[in-house]
Amino acid sequence: MQEGGKRRRLTRGEMLVIAAPYAWIALFFLAPFALIVKISLSRPAQARPPYEPVFDGAGLAGFFEKLSQLGLDAYRGLAEDSLYLDSYLSSLSIAGVATLVCLLIAYPFALAIARAPRRLRPVLIGFAVAPFWTSFLIRVYAWITLLKDEGIINHALMALGLIDAPLPMFATSGAVVVGIVYSYLPFMLLPLYAAIEGQDASLREAAADLGATPFQVFLHVTLPLSRRGIIAGALLVFIPSVGEFVIPDLLGGSDTLMIGRTLWNDFFANRDWPAASAAAVALLALLLIPILLYERAQLREGER
Amino acid sequence: MSGARLLRLAALLLGFGFLYGPIVILATMSFNASRLVTVWGGFSTKWYAALLHDEQMLRAAEISLAAAALSALIATINGLLAALALARFGGFRSRTLFAGSIYAPLVMPEVVLGLGLLLVFVAFGVERGFLTLVLAHASFTMCFATVMIHAALKGCDRTLEEAAMDLGATPVRAFALVTLPLIAPSVVSAYLLAFIISLDDLVIASFTTGPGATTLPMRIYSQVRLGVSPEVNAISTLLLGLVAVALGLSALLTRGRAKGGGAG
Repeated sequence: MQEGGKRRRLTRGEMLVIAAPYAWIALFFLAPFALIVKISLSRPAQARPPYEPVFDGAGLAGFFEKLSQLGLDAYRGLAEDSLYLDSYLSSLSIAGVATLVCLLIAYPFALAIARAPRRLRPVLIGFAVAPFWTSFLIRVYAWITLLKDEGIINHALMALGLIDAPLPMFATSGAVVVGIVYSYLPFMLLPLYAAIEGQDASLREAAADLGATPFQVFLHVTLPLSRRGIIAGALLVFIPSVGEFVIPDLLGGSDTLMIGRTLWNDFFANRDWPAASAAAVALLALLLIPILLYERAQLREGER
Repeated sequence: MSGARLLRLAALLLGFGFLYGPIVILATMSFNASRLVTVWGGFSTKWYAALLHDEQMLRAAEISLAAAALSALIATINGLLAALALARFGGFRSRTLFAGSIYAPLVMPEVVLGLGLLLVFVAFGVERGFLTLVLAHASFTMCFATVMIHAALKGCDRTLEEAAMDLGATPVRAFALVTLPLIAPSVVSAYLLAFIISLDDLVIASFTTGPGATTLPMRIYSQVRLGVSPEVNAISTLLLGLVAVALGLSALLTRGRAKGGGAG
Protein backbone atom coordinates (compact mmCIF):
# COMPACT_ATOMS: atom_id res chain seq x y z
CA MET A 1 0.00 0.00 0.00
CA GLN A 2 2.88 2.39 0.82
CA GLU A 3 4.63 1.13 -2.27
CA GLY A 4 2.43 2.40 -5.14
CA GLY A 5 4.71 4.58 -7.26
CA LYS A 6 1.85 6.84 -8.43
CA ARG A 7 0.75 9.62 -6.13
CA ARG A 8 -2.87 9.21 -5.22
CA ARG A 9 -5.70 11.41 -4.01
CA LEU A 10 -6.49 11.56 -0.33
CA THR A 11 -9.70 9.96 0.89
CA ARG A 12 -12.24 12.10 2.72
CA GLY A 13 -11.26 10.70 6.12
CA GLU A 14 -7.61 11.33 5.45
CA MET A 15 -8.40 14.89 4.44
CA LEU A 16 -10.03 15.47 7.83
CA VAL A 17 -6.81 14.34 9.54
CA ILE A 18 -4.49 16.39 7.39
CA ALA A 19 -6.63 19.56 7.21
CA ALA A 20 -5.52 21.16 10.47
CA PRO A 21 -1.74 20.68 10.11
CA TYR A 22 -1.92 21.60 6.43
CA ALA A 23 -3.83 24.81 7.09
CA TRP A 24 -1.43 25.63 9.90
CA ILE A 25 1.61 25.16 7.68
CA ALA A 26 0.06 27.22 4.90
CA LEU A 27 -0.76 30.06 7.26
CA PHE A 28 2.35 30.10 9.44
CA PHE A 29 5.05 28.68 7.20
CA LEU A 30 4.23 29.23 3.51
CA ALA A 31 2.46 32.59 3.91
CA PRO A 32 5.40 34.09 5.84
CA PHE A 33 7.73 33.34 2.93
CA ALA A 34 5.38 34.91 0.43
CA LEU A 35 5.17 37.97 2.68
CA ILE A 36 8.94 38.22 3.13
CA VAL A 37 9.35 38.28 -0.63
CA LYS A 38 6.54 40.81 -0.95
CA ILE A 39 7.87 43.19 1.71
CA SER A 40 11.40 42.93 0.33
CA LEU A 41 10.00 44.52 -2.85
CA SER A 42 8.38 47.40 -0.96
CA ARG A 43 9.82 50.74 -0.01
CA PRO A 44 10.57 51.75 3.54
CA ALA A 45 8.17 54.35 4.91
CA GLN A 46 7.67 56.34 8.07
CA ALA A 47 4.48 54.56 9.01
CA ARG A 48 3.06 51.69 10.96
CA PRO A 49 3.91 49.13 9.65
CA PRO A 50 6.97 50.88 8.24
CA TYR A 51 6.74 49.86 4.60
CA GLU A 52 4.74 51.00 1.59
CA PRO A 53 2.62 48.13 0.33
CA VAL A 54 3.02 46.73 -3.14
CA PHE A 55 0.25 44.60 -4.73
CA ASP A 56 -2.39 45.86 -2.31
CA GLY A 57 -5.24 47.79 -3.81
CA ALA A 58 -7.40 46.12 -6.33
CA GLY A 59 -7.57 44.06 -9.44
CA LEU A 60 -5.37 43.12 -12.31
CA ALA A 61 -4.97 46.70 -13.53
CA GLY A 62 -3.68 47.68 -10.12
CA PHE A 63 -1.34 44.70 -10.23
CA PHE A 64 0.27 45.74 -13.52
CA GLU A 65 0.47 49.35 -12.46
CA LYS A 66 2.27 48.29 -9.30
CA LEU A 67 4.47 45.90 -11.21
CA SER A 68 5.91 48.77 -13.20
CA GLN A 69 6.90 50.58 -10.02
CA LEU A 70 8.04 47.45 -8.23
CA GLY A 71 10.75 48.49 -5.84
CA LEU A 72 13.94 46.56 -6.08
CA ASP A 73 15.51 49.27 -3.91
CA ALA A 74 16.06 46.93 -1.00
CA TYR A 75 17.97 44.53 -3.24
CA ARG A 76 19.92 47.34 -4.84
CA GLY A 77 20.87 48.31 -1.30
CA LEU A 78 22.01 44.73 -0.66
CA ALA A 79 24.23 44.71 -3.71
CA GLU A 80 25.71 48.17 -3.26
CA ASP A 81 26.19 48.32 0.49
CA SER A 82 29.43 46.51 1.28
CA LEU A 83 28.07 45.84 4.80
CA TYR A 84 25.82 43.15 3.39
CA LEU A 85 28.40 41.58 1.15
CA ASP A 86 30.87 41.51 4.04
CA SER A 87 28.21 39.99 6.32
CA TYR A 88 27.49 37.22 3.84
CA LEU A 89 31.11 36.37 3.25
CA SER A 90 31.98 36.46 6.92
CA SER A 91 28.87 34.38 7.81
CA LEU A 92 29.93 31.74 5.31
CA SER A 93 33.53 31.63 6.48
CA ILE A 94 32.70 31.60 10.21
CA ALA A 95 30.07 28.89 9.68
CA GLY A 96 32.47 26.92 7.47
CA VAL A 97 35.32 27.01 9.98
CA ALA A 98 32.94 26.16 12.83
CA THR A 99 31.54 23.18 10.89
CA LEU A 100 35.04 21.85 10.27
CA VAL A 101 36.10 22.27 13.91
CA CYS A 102 32.84 20.65 15.00
CA LEU A 103 33.54 17.63 12.77
CA LEU A 104 37.10 17.29 14.10
CA ILE A 105 35.86 17.31 17.71
CA ALA A 106 32.72 15.24 17.17
CA TYR A 107 34.25 12.42 15.11
CA PRO A 108 36.56 10.92 17.75
CA PHE A 109 33.84 11.51 20.33
CA ALA A 110 31.21 9.69 18.25
CA LEU A 111 33.69 6.92 17.44
CA ALA A 112 34.49 6.42 21.12
CA ILE A 113 30.79 6.22 22.01
CA ALA A 114 30.03 3.84 19.13
CA ARG A 115 32.86 1.51 20.24
CA ALA A 116 31.89 1.55 23.91
CA PRO A 117 30.26 -1.58 25.40
CA ARG A 118 26.81 -2.00 23.85
CA ARG A 119 24.97 -1.53 27.14
CA LEU A 120 26.64 1.84 27.77
CA ARG A 121 26.05 3.36 24.33
CA PRO A 122 22.49 4.67 24.78
CA VAL A 123 23.46 6.22 28.12
CA LEU A 124 26.58 7.88 26.69
CA ILE A 125 24.84 9.26 23.61
CA GLY A 126 21.96 10.42 25.82
CA PHE A 127 24.32 12.40 28.04
CA ALA A 128 26.19 13.76 25.02
CA VAL A 129 22.99 15.10 23.46
CA ALA A 130 21.31 16.23 26.69
CA PRO A 131 22.91 19.74 26.70
CA PHE A 132 21.15 20.41 23.41
CA TRP A 133 17.86 20.53 25.28
CA THR A 134 19.11 23.05 27.82
CA SER A 135 18.78 26.72 27.05
CA PHE A 136 20.77 27.77 24.03
CA LEU A 137 21.03 31.31 25.38
CA ILE A 138 22.42 30.08 28.68
CA ARG A 139 24.99 27.83 27.01
CA VAL A 140 26.26 30.76 24.97
CA TYR A 141 26.20 32.99 28.04
CA ALA A 142 28.32 30.45 29.96
CA TRP A 143 31.19 31.10 27.54
CA ILE A 144 31.27 34.81 28.38
CA THR A 145 32.39 33.90 31.90
CA LEU A 146 35.12 31.69 30.44
CA LEU A 147 36.44 33.86 27.62
CA LYS A 148 36.43 37.41 28.98
CA ASP A 149 39.70 39.25 29.73
CA GLU A 150 38.96 38.92 33.46
CA GLY A 151 37.36 35.51 32.86
CA ILE A 152 38.23 32.06 34.11
CA ILE A 153 40.51 30.87 31.27
CA ASN A 154 42.66 34.00 31.28
CA HIS A 155 42.76 33.99 35.07
CA ALA A 156 43.90 30.37 35.13
CA LEU A 157 46.55 30.88 32.44
CA MET A 158 47.94 33.92 34.27
CA ALA A 159 47.93 32.14 37.61
CA LEU A 160 49.96 29.34 35.98
CA GLY A 161 52.38 31.95 34.67
CA LEU A 162 51.84 30.91 31.05
CA ILE A 163 50.85 34.42 29.97
CA ASP A 164 51.49 37.89 31.38
CA ALA A 165 48.55 39.75 29.92
CA PRO A 166 45.05 38.41 29.25
CA LEU A 167 44.61 36.86 25.79
CA PRO A 168 41.99 38.77 23.83
CA MET A 169 39.53 35.92 23.26
CA PHE A 170 36.17 37.51 24.02
CA ALA A 171 34.46 39.64 21.35
CA THR A 172 36.35 38.02 18.46
CA SER A 173 35.38 35.83 15.50
CA GLY A 174 37.23 32.99 17.25
CA ALA A 175 34.85 33.27 20.20
CA VAL A 176 31.92 33.03 17.77
CA VAL A 177 33.40 29.83 16.29
CA VAL A 178 33.78 28.36 19.79
CA GLY A 179 30.18 29.32 20.58
CA ILE A 180 28.86 27.68 17.40
CA VAL A 181 30.90 24.50 17.91
CA TYR A 182 29.71 24.23 21.50
CA SER A 183 26.05 24.91 20.70
CA TYR A 184 25.73 22.69 17.63
CA LEU A 185 27.98 19.77 18.61
CA PRO A 186 25.00 17.44 19.24
CA PHE A 187 23.78 18.08 15.67
CA MET A 188 27.09 16.73 14.38
CA LEU A 189 27.41 14.00 16.96
CA LEU A 190 24.07 12.24 16.41
CA PRO A 191 24.32 11.51 12.66
CA LEU A 192 28.00 10.56 13.04
CA TYR A 193 27.21 8.18 15.88
CA ALA A 194 24.33 6.64 13.91
CA ALA A 195 26.56 6.17 10.86
CA ILE A 196 29.45 4.62 12.81
CA GLU A 197 27.39 2.51 15.17
CA GLY A 198 25.39 0.94 12.35
CA GLN A 199 28.47 -0.43 10.61
CA ASP A 200 29.05 -4.14 10.36
CA ALA A 201 31.99 -5.02 12.63
CA SER A 202 32.92 -8.00 10.44
CA LEU A 203 34.07 -5.61 7.69
CA ARG A 204 36.71 -4.16 10.04
CA GLU A 205 37.71 -7.63 11.18
CA ALA A 206 38.10 -8.77 7.59
CA ALA A 207 40.33 -5.79 6.80
CA ALA A 208 42.42 -6.47 9.90
CA ASP A 209 42.70 -10.17 9.00
CA LEU A 210 44.02 -9.16 5.61
CA GLY A 211 46.81 -7.25 7.32
CA ALA A 212 45.52 -3.68 7.57
CA THR A 213 46.82 -1.65 10.51
CA PRO A 214 44.15 -0.11 12.79
CA PHE A 215 44.77 3.26 11.15
CA GLN A 216 44.34 1.77 7.67
CA VAL A 217 41.12 0.08 8.80
CA PHE A 218 39.84 3.44 9.98
CA LEU A 219 40.89 5.25 6.80
CA HIS A 220 39.62 2.67 4.30
CA VAL A 221 36.63 1.12 6.10
CA THR A 222 35.18 3.17 8.97
CA LEU A 223 35.62 6.63 7.48
CA PRO A 224 34.15 5.96 4.01
CA LEU A 225 31.22 4.04 5.54
CA SER A 226 30.36 7.04 7.74
CA ARG A 227 30.23 9.44 4.80
CA ARG A 228 26.46 9.94 5.02
CA GLY A 229 26.73 10.81 8.70
CA ILE A 230 29.46 13.35 7.96
CA ILE A 231 27.39 15.02 5.25
CA ALA A 232 24.22 15.11 7.36
CA GLY A 233 26.08 16.44 10.41
CA ALA A 234 27.93 19.09 8.41
CA LEU A 235 24.68 20.34 6.86
CA LEU A 236 22.90 20.37 10.22
CA VAL A 237 25.68 22.51 11.73
CA PHE A 238 26.42 24.71 8.74
CA ILE A 239 22.86 25.75 7.81
CA PRO A 240 21.71 27.22 11.14
CA SER A 241 25.19 28.68 11.84
CA VAL A 242 25.10 30.89 8.75
CA GLY A 243 21.96 32.66 9.96
CA GLU A 244 22.92 32.63 13.65
CA PHE A 245 22.13 35.76 15.66
CA VAL A 246 22.57 35.09 19.38
CA ILE A 247 26.14 33.75 19.21
CA PRO A 248 27.74 36.59 17.18
CA ASP A 249 25.77 39.11 19.20
CA LEU A 250 26.92 37.85 22.61
CA LEU A 251 30.39 36.47 21.85
CA GLY A 252 31.45 38.43 18.77
CA GLY A 253 32.93 41.90 18.68
CA SER A 254 31.21 44.90 17.16
CA ASP A 255 33.20 44.16 14.00
CA THR A 256 32.07 40.50 13.79
CA LEU A 257 29.58 40.72 10.96
CA MET A 258 27.10 37.92 10.43
CA ILE A 259 24.02 38.14 8.28
CA GLY A 260 21.57 37.15 11.02
CA ARG A 261 22.85 39.99 13.15
CA THR A 262 22.68 42.47 10.25
CA LEU A 263 19.08 41.42 9.56
CA TRP A 264 18.22 41.84 13.25
CA ASN A 265 19.73 45.34 13.34
CA ASP A 266 17.95 46.34 10.13
CA PHE A 267 14.70 45.28 11.68
CA PHE A 268 14.99 46.37 15.31
CA ALA A 269 17.46 49.27 15.22
CA ASN A 270 16.87 50.80 11.78
CA ARG A 271 13.22 49.76 11.45
CA ASP A 272 13.90 49.07 7.77
CA TRP A 273 11.57 46.13 7.10
CA PRO A 274 12.17 45.93 3.35
CA ALA A 275 15.94 45.75 3.89
CA ALA A 276 15.51 43.07 6.57
CA SER A 277 13.20 41.09 4.27
CA ALA A 278 15.60 41.41 1.35
CA ALA A 279 18.41 40.18 3.62
CA ALA A 280 16.19 37.20 4.58
CA VAL A 281 15.50 36.35 0.93
CA ALA A 282 19.20 36.58 0.12
CA LEU A 283 20.04 34.42 3.15
CA LEU A 284 17.59 31.76 2.01
CA ALA A 285 18.97 31.90 -1.51
CA LEU A 286 22.41 31.33 -0.05
CA LEU A 287 21.16 28.36 1.98
CA LEU A 288 18.89 26.95 -0.73
CA ILE A 289 21.29 24.29 -1.97
CA PRO A 290 22.34 23.01 1.47
CA ILE A 291 18.71 23.08 2.67
CA LEU A 292 17.50 21.14 -0.39
CA LEU A 293 20.27 18.60 0.11
CA TYR A 294 19.23 18.20 3.73
CA GLU A 295 15.51 17.98 2.87
CA ARG A 296 16.17 15.28 0.30
CA ALA A 297 18.08 13.24 2.87
CA GLN A 298 15.27 13.76 5.39
CA LEU A 299 12.54 12.74 2.95
CA ARG A 300 14.44 9.64 1.98
CA GLU A 301 14.87 8.84 5.65
CA GLY A 302 11.18 9.55 6.34
CA GLU A 303 9.95 7.30 3.55
CA ARG A 304 12.09 4.38 4.56
CA MET B 1 44.64 -2.73 21.58
CA SER B 2 44.91 -1.09 24.97
CA GLY B 3 46.39 1.97 23.25
CA ALA B 4 43.21 2.30 21.20
CA ARG B 5 41.11 1.88 24.33
CA LEU B 6 43.09 4.60 26.04
CA LEU B 7 42.54 6.94 23.09
CA ARG B 8 38.81 6.25 23.16
CA LEU B 9 38.67 6.93 26.88
CA ALA B 10 40.52 10.22 26.34
CA ALA B 11 38.07 11.18 23.56
CA LEU B 12 35.15 10.47 25.88
CA LEU B 13 36.63 12.47 28.77
CA LEU B 14 37.53 15.43 26.56
CA GLY B 15 34.15 15.37 24.81
CA PHE B 16 32.12 15.29 28.01
CA GLY B 17 34.45 17.81 29.65
CA PHE B 18 33.91 20.22 26.77
CA LEU B 19 30.13 19.73 26.86
CA TYR B 20 29.59 19.89 30.59
CA GLY B 21 32.50 22.07 31.83
CA PRO B 22 30.94 25.46 31.00
CA ILE B 23 27.56 24.42 32.40
CA VAL B 24 29.07 23.15 35.65
CA ILE B 25 31.13 26.33 36.06
CA LEU B 26 28.04 28.46 35.47
CA ALA B 27 26.04 26.52 38.06
CA THR B 28 28.91 26.75 40.55
CA MET B 29 29.17 30.51 40.07
CA SER B 30 25.49 30.93 40.91
CA PHE B 31 26.37 29.85 44.47
CA ASN B 32 29.38 32.17 44.69
CA ALA B 33 28.89 34.93 47.26
CA SER B 34 31.31 37.14 45.35
CA ARG B 35 30.24 39.04 42.25
CA LEU B 36 33.62 38.33 40.61
CA VAL B 37 33.90 35.05 38.71
CA THR B 38 37.57 34.63 39.65
CA VAL B 39 37.08 35.09 43.39
CA TRP B 40 35.31 32.44 45.48
CA GLY B 41 33.54 34.44 48.20
CA GLY B 42 32.03 31.39 49.89
CA PHE B 43 28.82 29.44 49.34
CA SER B 44 25.70 31.53 49.19
CA THR B 45 22.14 31.34 47.94
CA LYS B 46 21.65 35.09 48.04
CA TRP B 47 21.38 35.41 44.24
CA TYR B 48 18.45 33.00 44.31
CA ALA B 49 16.84 35.05 47.06
CA ALA B 50 17.37 38.20 44.97
CA LEU B 51 15.52 36.51 42.10
CA LEU B 52 12.42 36.11 44.23
CA HIS B 53 12.24 39.89 44.57
CA ASP B 54 12.81 40.60 40.89
CA GLU B 55 9.22 41.30 39.83
CA GLN B 56 10.05 41.70 36.14
CA MET B 57 11.93 38.40 36.03
CA LEU B 58 9.09 36.56 37.79
CA ARG B 59 6.50 38.04 35.45
CA ALA B 60 8.62 37.07 32.43
CA ALA B 61 8.96 33.52 33.79
CA GLU B 62 5.18 33.33 34.21
CA ILE B 63 4.60 34.44 30.61
CA SER B 64 7.21 32.04 29.25
CA LEU B 65 5.79 29.06 31.15
CA ALA B 66 2.22 29.83 30.08
CA ALA B 67 3.24 30.35 26.44
CA ALA B 68 5.28 27.13 26.48
CA ALA B 69 2.43 25.08 27.99
CA LEU B 70 -0.15 26.35 25.49
CA SER B 71 2.00 26.36 22.36
CA ALA B 72 3.35 22.87 23.10
CA LEU B 73 -0.22 21.59 23.36
CA ILE B 74 -1.14 22.99 19.95
CA ALA B 75 2.14 21.78 18.46
CA THR B 76 1.62 18.24 19.79
CA ILE B 77 -1.93 17.94 18.45
CA ASN B 78 -0.90 19.33 15.06
CA GLY B 79 2.24 17.20 15.11
CA LEU B 80 0.27 14.04 15.87
CA LEU B 81 -2.04 14.65 12.91
CA ALA B 82 0.86 15.54 10.61
CA ALA B 83 2.86 12.48 11.70
CA LEU B 84 -0.19 10.29 11.09
CA ALA B 85 -0.45 11.67 7.54
CA LEU B 86 3.26 11.11 6.89
CA ALA B 87 3.36 7.61 8.38
CA ARG B 88 0.05 6.22 7.13
CA PHE B 89 -1.09 7.98 3.98
CA GLY B 90 1.72 6.71 1.75
CA GLY B 91 2.49 8.69 -1.39
CA PHE B 92 -0.41 11.13 -1.55
CA ARG B 93 -0.39 14.16 -3.84
CA SER B 94 1.50 17.16 -2.50
CA ARG B 95 3.27 14.91 -0.01
CA THR B 96 6.62 16.46 -0.92
CA LEU B 97 5.36 19.98 -0.22
CA PHE B 98 3.74 18.85 3.02
CA ALA B 99 6.75 16.90 4.30
CA GLY B 100 9.18 19.57 3.13
CA SER B 101 7.29 22.29 4.98
CA ILE B 102 7.20 20.14 8.11
CA TYR B 103 10.95 19.46 8.16
CA ALA B 104 12.16 22.86 6.92
CA PRO B 105 11.86 24.80 10.22
CA LEU B 106 14.35 22.32 11.73
CA VAL B 107 17.14 23.96 9.74
CA MET B 108 15.67 27.36 8.85
CA PRO B 109 17.50 30.33 10.39
CA GLU B 110 15.41 31.61 13.30
CA VAL B 111 15.69 35.22 12.19
CA VAL B 112 13.92 34.30 8.93
CA LEU B 113 11.14 32.34 10.68
CA GLY B 114 10.64 35.13 13.21
CA LEU B 115 10.51 37.85 10.59
CA GLY B 116 8.09 35.85 8.40
CA LEU B 117 5.71 35.12 11.28
CA LEU B 118 5.75 38.76 12.32
CA LEU B 119 4.84 39.83 8.79
CA VAL B 120 1.87 37.43 8.81
CA PHE B 121 0.56 38.90 12.06
CA VAL B 122 0.99 42.44 10.76
CA ALA B 123 -0.73 41.52 7.48
CA PHE B 124 -3.75 40.19 9.37
CA GLY B 125 -3.76 43.18 11.69
CA VAL B 126 -3.29 41.05 14.82
CA GLU B 127 -1.98 43.04 17.78
CA ARG B 128 1.35 41.54 18.86
CA GLY B 129 1.35 40.05 22.35
CA PHE B 130 0.79 36.79 24.20
CA LEU B 131 -1.52 35.34 21.52
CA THR B 132 0.92 35.91 18.65
CA LEU B 133 3.74 34.53 20.81
CA VAL B 134 1.80 31.30 21.38
CA LEU B 135 0.87 30.96 17.69
CA ALA B 136 4.47 31.56 16.59
CA HIS B 137 5.89 29.04 19.05
CA ALA B 138 3.23 26.46 18.18
CA SER B 139 4.28 26.80 14.54
CA PHE B 140 7.99 26.28 14.90
CA THR B 141 7.89 23.60 17.62
CA MET B 142 5.40 21.58 15.59
CA CYS B 143 8.17 20.16 13.38
CA PHE B 144 10.02 18.73 16.40
CA ALA B 145 6.80 17.15 17.69
CA THR B 146 6.05 15.69 14.25
CA VAL B 147 9.50 14.15 13.84
CA MET B 148 9.29 12.52 17.26
CA ILE B 149 5.75 11.10 16.86
CA HIS B 150 6.46 10.05 13.27
CA ALA B 151 9.39 7.93 14.49
CA ALA B 152 7.12 6.24 17.07
CA LEU B 153 4.38 5.57 14.51
CA LYS B 154 6.83 3.99 12.10
CA GLY B 155 7.98 1.60 14.81
CA CYS B 156 4.39 0.72 15.69
CA ASP B 157 2.92 -2.60 14.59
CA ARG B 158 0.08 -1.82 12.20
CA THR B 159 -1.43 -5.27 12.24
CA LEU B 160 -2.89 -4.65 15.70
CA GLU B 161 -4.90 -1.71 14.38
CA GLU B 162 -5.95 -3.74 11.33
CA ALA B 163 -7.10 -6.56 13.61
CA ALA B 164 -9.25 -4.10 15.57
CA MET B 165 -10.79 -2.89 12.31
CA ASP B 166 -11.43 -6.46 11.17
CA LEU B 167 -13.32 -6.94 14.42
CA GLY B 168 -15.54 -4.01 13.49
CA ALA B 169 -13.87 -0.93 14.98
CA THR B 170 -13.99 2.26 12.94
CA PRO B 171 -10.55 3.61 11.88
CA VAL B 172 -10.84 6.42 14.44
CA ARG B 173 -11.77 4.01 17.24
CA ALA B 174 -9.03 1.58 16.24
CA PHE B 175 -6.47 4.38 16.30
CA ALA B 176 -7.67 5.85 19.60
CA LEU B 177 -7.94 2.50 21.42
CA VAL B 178 -5.01 0.57 19.94
CA THR B 179 -2.32 2.78 18.44
CA LEU B 180 -2.61 5.91 20.60
CA PRO B 181 -1.91 4.07 23.88
CA LEU B 182 1.13 2.45 22.22
CA ILE B 183 2.65 5.75 21.13
CA ALA B 184 1.49 7.71 24.20
CA PRO B 185 5.00 7.91 25.73
CA SER B 186 6.35 9.50 22.55
CA VAL B 187 3.46 11.92 22.41
CA VAL B 188 4.19 13.01 25.98
CA SER B 189 7.89 13.31 25.12
CA ALA B 190 7.01 15.38 22.07
CA TYR B 191 5.00 17.69 24.31
CA LEU B 192 7.89 18.06 26.76
CA LEU B 193 10.36 18.82 24.01
CA ALA B 194 8.06 21.37 22.35
CA PHE B 195 7.66 22.91 25.82
CA ILE B 196 11.41 23.12 26.36
CA ILE B 197 12.09 24.60 22.93
CA SER B 198 9.40 27.24 23.40
CA LEU B 199 10.72 28.08 26.86
CA ASP B 200 14.20 28.59 25.43
CA ASP B 201 13.44 30.63 22.35
CA LEU B 202 14.75 34.20 22.17
CA VAL B 203 14.81 35.13 18.48
CA ILE B 204 11.31 34.16 17.35
CA ALA B 205 9.77 35.55 20.55
CA SER B 206 11.55 38.88 20.06
CA PHE B 207 9.98 39.26 16.63
CA THR B 208 6.48 38.08 17.45
CA THR B 209 5.66 39.21 20.97
CA GLY B 210 4.45 42.60 22.12
CA PRO B 211 5.44 44.98 24.90
CA GLY B 212 3.05 43.36 27.37
CA ALA B 213 4.48 39.86 26.99
CA THR B 214 8.25 39.91 27.48
CA THR B 215 9.53 36.33 27.81
CA LEU B 216 12.17 35.01 30.19
CA PRO B 217 14.89 34.56 27.53
CA MET B 218 14.25 38.14 26.35
CA ARG B 219 14.60 39.37 29.94
CA ILE B 220 17.79 37.31 30.45
CA TYR B 221 19.17 38.50 27.13
CA SER B 222 18.73 42.17 27.98
CA GLN B 223 20.55 41.59 31.30
CA VAL B 224 23.33 39.53 29.70
CA ARG B 225 24.03 42.31 27.23
CA LEU B 226 24.96 44.45 30.23
CA GLY B 227 27.50 41.84 31.34
CA VAL B 228 27.81 38.71 33.47
CA SER B 229 25.62 38.88 36.55
CA PRO B 230 25.17 36.42 39.41
CA GLU B 231 21.38 36.79 39.23
CA VAL B 232 21.47 35.55 35.64
CA ASN B 233 23.69 32.66 36.78
CA ALA B 234 21.04 31.76 39.35
CA ILE B 235 18.08 31.85 36.95
CA SER B 236 20.16 29.92 34.40
CA THR B 237 20.91 27.21 36.94
CA LEU B 238 17.21 26.95 37.80
CA LEU B 239 16.35 26.56 34.10
CA LEU B 240 19.08 23.95 33.64
CA GLY B 241 17.62 22.03 36.57
CA LEU B 242 14.13 22.22 35.10
CA VAL B 243 15.32 20.84 31.77
CA ALA B 244 17.26 18.08 33.52
CA VAL B 245 14.04 17.00 35.29
CA ALA B 246 12.03 17.12 32.05
CA LEU B 247 14.69 15.10 30.23
CA GLY B 248 14.79 12.55 33.03
CA LEU B 249 11.01 12.15 32.82
CA SER B 250 11.17 11.82 29.04
CA ALA B 251 13.92 9.20 29.26
CA LEU B 252 11.94 7.21 31.84
CA LEU B 253 8.84 7.28 29.62
CA THR B 254 10.64 6.12 26.47
CA ARG B 255 12.46 3.44 28.44
CA GLY B 256 9.12 2.22 29.72
CA ARG B 257 7.98 2.00 26.13
CA ALA B 258 11.06 0.09 25.02
CA LYS B 259 10.41 -2.47 27.77
CA GLY B 260 6.70 -2.71 26.92
CA GLY B 261 7.59 -3.17 23.24
CA GLY B 262 10.03 -5.94 24.13
CA ALA B 263 7.41 -7.78 26.15
CA GLY B 264 4.64 -7.39 23.56
